[in-house]
Amino acid sequence: MSNVRVLVGTRKGAFILTSDGARKRWKVSGPHFAGWEIYHIKGSPVNPDRIYASQTSAWFGQIIQRSDDGGKTWNTPGSSPEELQSSDGMPKAESNKFVYDASPETGKPITTHQWYDGTQHPWEFKRVWHLEPSLYDPDHVYAGVEDAAIFESKDGGKSWQELAGLRGSDTGPKWQPGAGGMCLHTILLDPKDPQRIYIAISAAGAFRTEDGGKTWKPINRGLHSQYIPDPNAEVGHCVHRIAMHPSRPNTLFMQKHWDVMRSDDAGGSWHEVSGNLPSDFGFPIDVHAHEPETIYVVPIKSDSEHYPPSGRLRVYRSRTGGNDWEALTKGLPQRNCYVNVLRDAMSVDSLEPCGIYFGTTGGQVYASVDAGDKWKSIVRDLPAVLSVEVQTVQ
Amino acid sequence: MIRVILPPNLRTLAHIEGEVELQLNGTLTQRSLLDAVEAKYPMLRGTMRDQVTQVRRPMVRFFACGEDLSHESPDAPLPHAIANGAEPFLIIGAIAGG
Repeated sequence: MSNVRVLVGTRKGAFILTSDGARKRWKVSGPHFAGWEIYHIKGSPVNPDRIYASQTSAWFGQIIQRSDDGGKTWNTPGSSPEELQSSDGMPKAESNKFVYDASPETGKPITTHQWYDGTQHPWEFKRVWHLEPSLYDPDHVYAGVEDAAIFESKDGGKSWQELAGLRGSDTGPKWQPGAGGMCLHTILLDPKDPQRIYIAISAAGAFRTEDGGKTWKPINRGLHSQYIPDPNAEVGHCVHRIAMHPSRPNTLFMQKHWDVMRSDDAGGSWHEVSGNLPSDFGFPIDVHAHEPETIYVVPIKSDSEHYPPSGRLRVYRSRTGGNDWEALTKGLPQRNCYVNVLRDAMSVDSLEPCGIYFGTTGGQVYASVDAGDKWKSIVRDLPAVLSVEVQTVQ
Repeated sequence: MIRVILPPNLRTLAHIEGEVELQLNGTLTQRSLLDAVEAKYPMLRGTMRDQVTQVRRPMVRFFACGEDLSHESPDAPLPHAIANGAEPFLIIGAIAGG
């Protein structure tokens, strides 16, 4: 029988929730990395016991953690004694070394981007927002970072190299930070084409590569954003999250700063599917594991009021790929609820019926084991939840 | 024996309790002390100083003998009381927030 492992990143550590396939009783372990912000924690689809975590601190910077036993024990990759010998006698220990590529050989390095005051500002690494393990190799993992760039490691997180063609694309100098920083927060790997990757940046927009990350193009046609001088600009859109069903990698769903959008041509063009949502502002968006046209969002009142409309926490589900939405409320607080659900804080399992999970800034993790019809808090009173990922394991 | 006190978050990261003890030869400086700490606990590389520039992270401070040495040259000799272990070298996560 399958088991479920929910990986929860919070402002003050990571928590791992486990249950059998019934998903009724949950065991909570943690906090792991107590006192540190865990922006994201995600397992390899090839080897679920290989889990990567982004551990960060405004004081002490970025740490990459790795587990090879399903989250029981952790290490900073490359820190075992036998791996630390280098010719100069100093340890290499480069698992937290994210250096922007400024070499002339790999593309066209861009060294500045748009700053709040309209001037150009140098790229400065701050943290890893998102870790996306490869679909093929547990040692291969991508990292989306702030200031926005994509890195990859092919040695299990011991060392990182930038895929500099993204920053080097012509639009780089026009990117600018959103309120949360200029972060690359979404990485989607196309299961049908190993060379194709989608990413999204706040506030630049969505981008696609067809050559494994060497070159990238913006894919923002159809997005309309009133908060930028040209609402239809090629870049500058504050994309909050993109989701894709693995069986249909040409169909993308997007929660933008405002607007829920859909593309059926791999991001070539987008159209709005907000339909009857009470607010089309929000952060996460996800797709049912077995129904490619069933999608989920959590409407938030506005860009300054980061809580559910009317103080009622409602997940909205569309079974038609957008436009027609139904409120899912059973088991969710329907009064005086003023939490937020952040962009990486929703995930689905692959059991039948599909389980949907999300975490709140109030520290609750809610789960539905019937595709959203009914919800239950499986843990509460954690630190603010930054990310939720789900593994279905044997 | 040179004594170094790390902030709790870094002690957790390095899997250590209590003070770090170092045996170093030559003139003791911030740079040689931090090099030795990082050599002993490689997972701390990048947490106190930038991995590339070796510049102190903005919210990390270095205190010793009742003084804030954060803005001293990394190559300036540290006080004798640090070198002979009479006083610990304190690495501090700066107070910030409410």
